[in-house]
Formats: sequence, structure tokens, C-alpha cells
Amino acid sequence: MTLLRVEDLHKTFGGVGAIQDLTFSINPGTIHSIIGPNGAGKTTLFNLITGLYEPTRGRIHFNDADITGQPPHVLARHGLSRTFQNLQIFLNMSAMDNVMVGYHLRCDGRFLPSLFRFPSVVRKDAEYRERAAALMAFVGLEDYVAADASAMPYGALKRLEIARALAVQPKMLLLDEPAAGLNPSETLAIDGLIQKVAGRGVTVVLVEHDMRLVWAVSDHILVLDHGRKLAEGTGPEVRSNPDVVAAYLGEGGRDR
Amino acid sequence: MGFWQPRRAGILALAAVIAVLPAVLPNAFYYDVVILVGINAIVCVGLNLLIGYGGQISLGHAGFFGLGAYFSAVLTGTYDWPPLAALATGAVSVGVLSFIVARPILKLKGHYLAMGTLGMGIIISIALNQEVDITGGPDGMPVPAFAIAGWEPSSEQTWYWIVAALLMISVWLALNLIDSPVGRALRSVHGSEVAASVAGVDVTRYKILIFVVSAVMASFAGSLYAHYTGFITPDEASFFHSIEFVTMVVLGGMASTFGSLVGAAILTILPQLLTVLHDFEMLAFGAILMGTMIFMRKGLVPSLVDLAKRARP
Ligand SMILES: Nc1ncnc2c1ncn2[C@@H]1O[C@H](COP(=O)(O)OP(=O)(O)OP(=O)(O)O)[C@@H](O)[C@H]1O
Ligand SMILES: [Mg+2]
Repeated sequence: MTLLRVEDLHKTFGGVGAIQDLTFSINPGTIHSIIGPNGAGKTTLFNLITGLYEPTRGRIHFNDADITGQPPHVLARHGLSRTFQNLQIFLNMSAMDNVMVGYHLRCDGRFLPSLFRFPSVVRKDAEYRERAAALMAFVGLEDYVAADASAMPYGALKRLEIARALAVQPKMLLLDEPAAGLNPSETLAIDGLIQKVAGRGVTVVLVEHDMRLVWAVSDHILVLDHGRKLAEGTGPEVRSNPDVVAAYLGEGGRDR
Repeated sequence: MGFWQPRRAGILALAAVIAVLPAVLPNAFYYDVVILVGINAIVCVGLNLLIGYGGQISLGHAGFFGLGAYFSAVLTGTYDWPPLAALATGAVSVGVLSFIVARPILKLKGHYLAMGTLGMGIIISIALNQEVDITGGPDGMPVPAFAIAGWEPSSEQTWYWIVAALLMISVWLALNLIDSPVGRALRSVHGSEVAASVAGVDVTRYKILIFVVSAVMASFAGSLYAHYTGFITPDEASFFHSIEFVTMVVLGGMASTFGSLVGAAILTILPQLLTVLHDFEMLAFGAILMGTMIFMRKGLVPSLVDLAKRARP
């Protein structure tokens, strides 16, 4: 059984192929890494899977449904969630409310119940606030439960994005460079967090330049280069693949 | 639960101000100013939901205010409708109109959205000027008194209580909305549209929703204004009037409902106090807008709240 199946995916920007001929699948319950040099198309692939971009060609199946071309808010319902390479935090809101937005689909988003503050809305909000606090503790943000997002340091915001994405209660969580900009000890902690998330039964797809983190956590690795699949397999398989060594690891990947 | 305190304290403070004002207002002229403050404040509370919370700009909301005013004037004056029915018809019509323009217009962002809404407001204003047979054109038209089943608010005092009650209700509803799943969705759209959509928020739906809500509130206030003043002109829908509303919201503080009240109060009272400035009214508004942006970007009330927080942490 596969959770995600990408078939013959193409995405071109003004004639330039950012993703080409890409076919792969991801099994549930794995930590699946996607690596490749800058500009390889990793973020573009995430944007395609989460519906921010429409593919030029090809299909995406998730959990046995064809989700090609569906908008992001619909895909959230299917159980897809993600974080962003460039932080996308709601800086105009409290940290807690950032996580609460992740629970949007569980709360009552209809107009009139909110306008008249129906008791059911208030009750549910209170219930989900407790859950949000627990989720913040789960990602290590217990000190920021009452903080404004705009007052939090960068490392904490990275975790806040993860908490918000987890609030969507995804089957699959896509993390776009969760360790970028973090110091070694913070990176180590993110490593632990990713394993904890996977331990909850969430399938994790990881894009990351920090190779130590990739080798440490990945069950399966997909290597992209110029929008195409260069190699695929377990860590040792990929590491010993001569194409990968030549195209990627040879160019400075090793010393990271 | 510390969270609830500002909300409840704010409503109580507003109620207190409303209760105390009649004791200190010396005469009808002051009542008149305060009633206009209340009417403008209703528009601003709605507009702030769109601008301050939803992060969308509108330079055309006076168009909706003007439409509400003219719906009431024409339906009650020319067609003898009961005022409440005219007011409701205006609000529903403006709701439908704003819903229709919302989808294409809210696809625009930033400067483009500003220009789009500006264009919309100008079209409404031109239509009110040109349809002389219906609206009386640039000379304006009289509006019959507001009457519900034979009862008429005859004095300034009665109007005061009506507007005060409606303002309280508007503020209460706005505060409800802000602290609700809908309000969070709105603020998230303001914060990051991509992140909001990935979290499951239907961004377009919430943008349209709040555009319509703010338009209907403007129409409603426009109807009240028409009946209260008894005479309206297309200036009610003018570009300058739209800018006045936006300036009130910005000065008081974006994403601060009580800020909108303060902004509406200051910018309604100021021109009355400085009648000498009359010819320079537009200049004064421009200067206030610029000054706020340069020295106090968050606006009065949020800046003061920040100061108070810093003073006793
Ligand atoms: N919206 C866009 N419009 C035009 N070109 C784009 C767009 N998004 C991505 N590209 C191009 O597609 C290619 C792949 O970019 P992408 O951001 O997916 O790479 P990446 O693998 O995530 O790189 P990095 O490791 O630097 O994050 C690049 O050449 C980029 O310039
Ligand atoms: Mg990238």
C-alpha cells in the first residue's frame, strides 16, 4: 500500500522544467527524505503536492484519491500538511492562535455561530486551546504558550510551524528544511522531534540540506537533480550510488 | 482566561462612556456631533474587520455607505416605504452587490486592490451623481424622518440612544467574530495566505465574507445617517469620504475595535472644533494619515496599550 503516488509529474515555469518526468511513491509510516542541490525542485515538488502549484502534467494520488489540481485547503482535509522553507508564521497573532488556525477544520468556521458566540463554538475553542497547549509542549514550546508570535526567536518559530502543521492532524507531514538556520544543538533537537512525530504514526517527508540529519532519520531517500529523479532507495543505497556521489555529494555535500 | 478581560473591560468602558455622556453634553450641537461619531464608528468597526483583521484594503467603502443612504432616501421618500424595510432592502442589496464584486476584486492584492476598490467607489459615486431622476443628482435629496409603526425619534436625545445601542451591538458582534474560528481564519489570511490555506482555511471565502460584512455595516450606517440628518448628497459616497473612514481606522489602530471608536471620535470631532480649518480639511486628514504612518504605525489605541504594558510588565 502506498500513501502518496506521484506519476509522471511535470512543472514548468516559463518553459523551464522545474520538475520533470517524476514518478515515485511513499509508503505510510516512513520518514522519507528528498534531497538534491539548490534549485533541484524540492520546494516546487512540495508546492505541487500541497496544491499551491498546479502541475503542468502528471497526476498525484494521496490515500487512494486523485488529488491533482485540488486547492491547499481541500488537501488539508485529506490529511496533508506542511511547513515552509521561508517561515510562514502569522506574526499578527499569538503563538497559541497560530496553532489554533491549524485546528481550523475541527472548529466551527461558520459565520453565524461565530458572530453570536454560540456556546458550542466557545466550548470547542476552549477544548482545542487545551489541545493546542499540549501540542506546543509536544514540540518543546511550553514556555511560549502565552507569547505573541512576533516576540519569538527564529528557532521557536520553526517549531511553531511544526505544531501548527500537526494541529491539522495530517496523515502526511511535509517539512521543508526544518533545520535551516538552526545551530547544531537545535538541529539535534529537531532530529528528535521528527522521530517523535513519526512515532505518532504521521508519515514524514523531509527536505533537508543537513546531511547528518538526513542520514540519521530517513527510512527512504529520493534524490532530485534538475527536477528529475536521480536515485532512490535506503540511505546506504543512495550514498553508494555513483550518480549521486558525482552530481551531489561530490559538490560539497560531504562536508556538511 | 486573562484573554477575556480586555474584551469585557472594553465593552464595559464603552457602556460607561455612553451612559455618562448625556450628563455632560451641554446642548443639541454636542449631541449632534456625538451621534455622527457613533454612525461613523459603526462603519469603522466593520471596515476594521476588513482592513485591520483581514488585511485587505478598501478605498471605496463610502460607496456602500452612500448606497445605504440613498436606498433609504429613495425608498422612503419617493416610494413611501417604511424606513425599516428600506434600510433592510438597502443592506441586502449592498450585500448582494458587494458579494458580486468581491470575488474578482479580492483576487487583487496591495496597491491593485486599493485601485480596484477605489474604482468601485468612484463608479457608485458617479452613478449617484448622474441618476438625477432617482437621486436628485449633485444637489442631493431630502429624507423622511425615521419612523417605526408611527413612532418617531424626534429629539437628539432619542437618536443618541438609538445610535448608542446599535454601536454597542456592532462592537459586541465584531468582538465575538474576532475571537472565534472565523476571526482567527481572517487574521491568518492577513498573516500569510499560503500558510492559512495549507492549514485548511478557504482564503477566498473568508475574504469575500468579511468584505460583504463590512459593506453591509456601511450600508446600515448610511441608512441611519440619511434618516438622522434628513438630507443627503452624493458626497456621502465620495472618494474623500472613503479616505476619511480609512483614516479613522488607521489612526485609531488597525486590528483594534476600540481603536476604531477612538479614530472615529477624533476625526469626527476635530473638524467641528477647528471650523477655521474647514478649507484645509482634506489637508488635515492627509497630514494625520501621514503622521500616523510615520510616527505610530500601529495607531493610537494599540500604541497606548503597548506603552501601558511596558510601564507595568
Ligand atoms: N514560482 C516560480 N516561478 C518561476 N520559477 C520558479 C518558481 N518556483 C521555483 N522556480 C524555479 O524552479 C527551480 C526549482 O526551485 P525550487 O525552489 O523548487 O528548488 P529547491 O530544490 O527547493 O532549492 P533550495 O534547496 O534552494 O530550496 C529553480 O530553478 C527555481 O528558480
Ligand atoms: Mg527549497
